[in-house]
Amino acid sequence: MNRSSSFNWLGWLIFAGLLSMWEYGARANPKLQFYIPPVSEILVALFNLSASGQVAGHLLATVSRFVQGYAIAALLAVSLGVLLGYFRSAYGILEIVIEFLRPMPSVAIIPVAVLTLGIGDGMIVAVTVYASVWPILVNTIDGVKHIEPILIDTARTFGLRRWAILWRIVVPGAAPYIVTGLRISLSIALILVTTAEMIAGSRGLGFFILDQERSFNSSNMYAGIIIVAALGYGLNRLFLTLEGNVLRWRRGMIAQQPV
Amino acid sequence: MPILEVENLSKSYRQLRGENTPAIGNVTCRVEAGEFVSFVGPSGCGKTTLLMSIAGLLEPSSGRVVVKGKEVKGPPPNLVLVFQEYNKSLFAWRTVLSNVRFGLEARGDRSPRAEAKARELLDRVGLKGFEKHYPWELSGGMQQRVAIARALAYEPEVLLMDEPFGSLDALTRLELEDTLLGVWAELRTTILFITHDIEEAIYLSDRIWVLSRRPAQIIQELSIDFPRPRDQLTTRAHAGFMTLRNEIYRQIGHAV
Repeated sequence: MNRSSSFNWLGWLIFAGLLSMWEYGARANPKLQFYIPPVSEILVALFNLSASGQVAGHLLATVSRFVQGYAIAALLAVSLGVLLGYFRSAYGILEIVIEFLRPMPSVAIIPVAVLTLGIGDGMIVAVTVYASVWPILVNTIDGVKHIEPILIDTARTFGLRRWAILWRIVVPGAAPYIVTGLRISLSIALILVTTAEMIAGSRGLGFFILDQERSFNSSNMYAGIIIVAALGYGLNRLFLTLEGNVLRWRRGMIAQQPV
Repeated sequence: MPILEVENLSKSYRQLRGENTPAIGNVTCRVEAGEFVSFVGPSGCGKTTLLMSIAGLLEPSSGRVVVKGKEVKGPPPNLVLVFQEYNKSLFAWRTVLSNVRFGLEARGDRSPRAEAKARELLDRVGLKGFEKHYPWELSGGMQQRVAIARALAYEPEVLLMDEPFGSLDALTRLELEDTLLGVWAELRTTILFITHDIEEAIYLSDRIWVLSRRPAQIIQELSIDFPRPRDQLTTRAHAGFMTLRNEIYRQIGHAV
């Protein structure tokens, strides 16, 4: 990846321009201000919410559910995916089930989860796990299937057994695919947590945004949206940093070999 | 006792329609410890299948392979195979040094001695200073050097090589032939080499088995007694060199 050190002036200028237009537009149309408050007011609301600690609990709840759901999904999907990709016959048996469940929009499962698990944290974590599993699972299986057979034969000629090959060759070899799946599921997990929070529960950023809308505090609602957006952005940055470390060996490789 | 014996080995592949396609006819041969021997045959004659069966990576349809008195039932512990596709056989996520250490690690040896051994072999194949590079940063010839160093670091008693220089350019190829001969002269590992390049086989080997078209069968055995160390200029300029080349060429079935 080409990392340019120079500051992106034009990009920020356009961003600032859009915000100014928003501010000006909102101030010029007082009737609209309830629906679209000026940016400055949203920022004030954001500051007040942070200062008063009113939103910290919601943020914490969302982060905690996200971390639980995402971690469980990652663990489950990577191990299952590696096994299913490696032992083809197992995949053959489960392929129909996977291909049936996977394309279904995951939010559709929320009512089922509410019905069976209630409206507690468990339900929110469960739907997050459910939705995040698929991209990781499918990408992991794909990655394992794409492992060069010569690599396996090389490992075998050095005396490695089936399970050692799984750990030493298959997992690192499939890592780029696994990471892709993990990256896709990162945003999916956040979507599911906030959506589930809107439907059930009395804490969390999803709940907060909807609650503020229903209480006609539109500035607070927008502030909540900004916090979720910032959370998503931060998680993505964190992920990219970790990815850069795990896949250090690929740095520069893609640029060099346009296959 | 020969270090490697191949007895009546044959291998057929079952096609989708159910009929069997023979890849190896009926191969019997013996390799003595420390020898450098080659199979030469036309492309697609089943050479790779033969080597894979000897390496215990494919199960033969009939016959058997014996390494140091033990029948091969899976990859034997004292034998390593170097593939032609160096770009596919190196572990992309490991550095050059870590690749070379792989065989020792697979054996459970993570000692400083293993590390020193890996460094020493990298030095021998001319890759000192590239320890921390990743395979994709190296040229094809250098990658194959890494694969050879990795195989030798494992200290195998038998080294199988499947057209290891087949996809390299002509000059790199000559260079690597000499690197290989140099290392072999020092370590005296038994080498069983496969190539479709007749001159390469003559240049490298003590003995050559000429293979027929598919299904592969040995049609002749030749002893090559040009003095060692061999030299790309003088050995190849030897009067007998061309005679041998032409003889093998004729046998493989082309008109000269």
